Amino acid sequence: MYAALWRVLPGPIWVRIILVVILVLAVLAVLATWVYPWIDGILNSQEATVGGA
Amino acid sequence: MCPQSDDPTASVPDGLEPAEAHSDSYVTTEPSETVVIDAVAPELTSRPRRRRRTQSGQVTVVGVLGELLITAGALVLLFLGWQLWWNDMMMANAQSDAASQISQDWIAAAPTTPEPEPIVDSTQPSAAPVLADYGAPVVGAVPANATAFAVLYVPRFGADYHRSIAEGTGHDVLNSNRLGIGHYAETQMPGEVGNFAVAAHRSAFGGAMHLINELQLGDAIYVQTADGYYTYRYRDTEYVAPSQVQVLASVPNNPVGTAVDRIITLTSCNPLYSTAERIIAYGVLESWQPLSAGAPAELAPIIAAQG
Repeated sequence: MYAALWRVLPGPIWVRIILVVILVLAVLAVLATWVYPWIDGILNSQEATVGGA
Repeated sequence: MCPQSDDPTASVPDGLEPAEAHSDSYVTTEPSETVVIDAVAPELTSRPRRRRRTQSGQVTVVGVLGELLITAGALVLLFLGWQLWWNDMMMANAQSDAASQISQDWIAAAPTTPEPEPIVDSTQPSAAPVLADYGAPVVGAVPANATAFAVLYVPRFGADYHRSIAEGTGHDVLNSNRLGIGHYAETQMPGEVGNFAVAAHRSAFGGAMHLINELQLGDAIYVQTADGYYTYRYRDTEYVAPSQVQVLASVPNNPVGTAVDRIITLTSCNPLYSTAERIIAYGVLESWQPLSAGAPAELAPIIAAQG
């Protein structure tokens, strides 16, 4: 999967490395902005009240 | 990658320099005959190498599954990092800023002319510094749900610690970017006889009660409202089951008692990063003063610094 991605990327190795870094950062940004807040709301893992209020 | 087949000099007979072998490969003299074959050798050996690469690069179900599982593991770890560190920090800053704003607005709206200095009873011998007496604390009206009505200052949590207290303990308050601390609606208001009970997260969501276990006897817990400053002094901590609502009674743990004291109760989860128990910290009201009288001595620089 990742090997296939690496082969699909164009250019010499340093271009590919830059592209991979950009892709990883883009994925992290999407996760932190939309995905993780959404999961956080569903999980609701941190309760701080007594009586389950 | 196979090192032998990759190195063109590897199969050069002993005594021949690599450069020699390379240049000789285009010469058809007798001694170089073997060298020609050897120079071709890397291309020949590269054929099985290419075959191996296609094999390892083949997309197999197990291979993709393995990579997906590793990715999933990494994403879960990242989520924890995001929740407990990054988002916690972002929310703490946002909540702190919102609390500063509310506090500054109240101070700006407070009457500019200070109220007359309270009469200090000079007949009492004052071994300890006499606390100014502004009469019974003003008790504000109960606000609507998720409305910020107070700002909490606890110097033990850090000199720059300040968070809004809003009505209600739902997720709209505790998980909010601008609130963070929730007031149990069924409990009393700041300064009121009885129990002013609030809840906040210990970790994540800004972690307003992150250091609740560090409180020490007599630590100041300041509550600022549009009316004034309520100074509570930390008294004790207990650890209870999440179901133990008696801690919210107007006389904590005595639901049938008649309230005499003005108590503040901070609740959060315990242990840190777990929700198995609740940590409950109590304080008792020491004094009250209107906004126009200025902040208590210890709090004044903290208030000034947030402006």
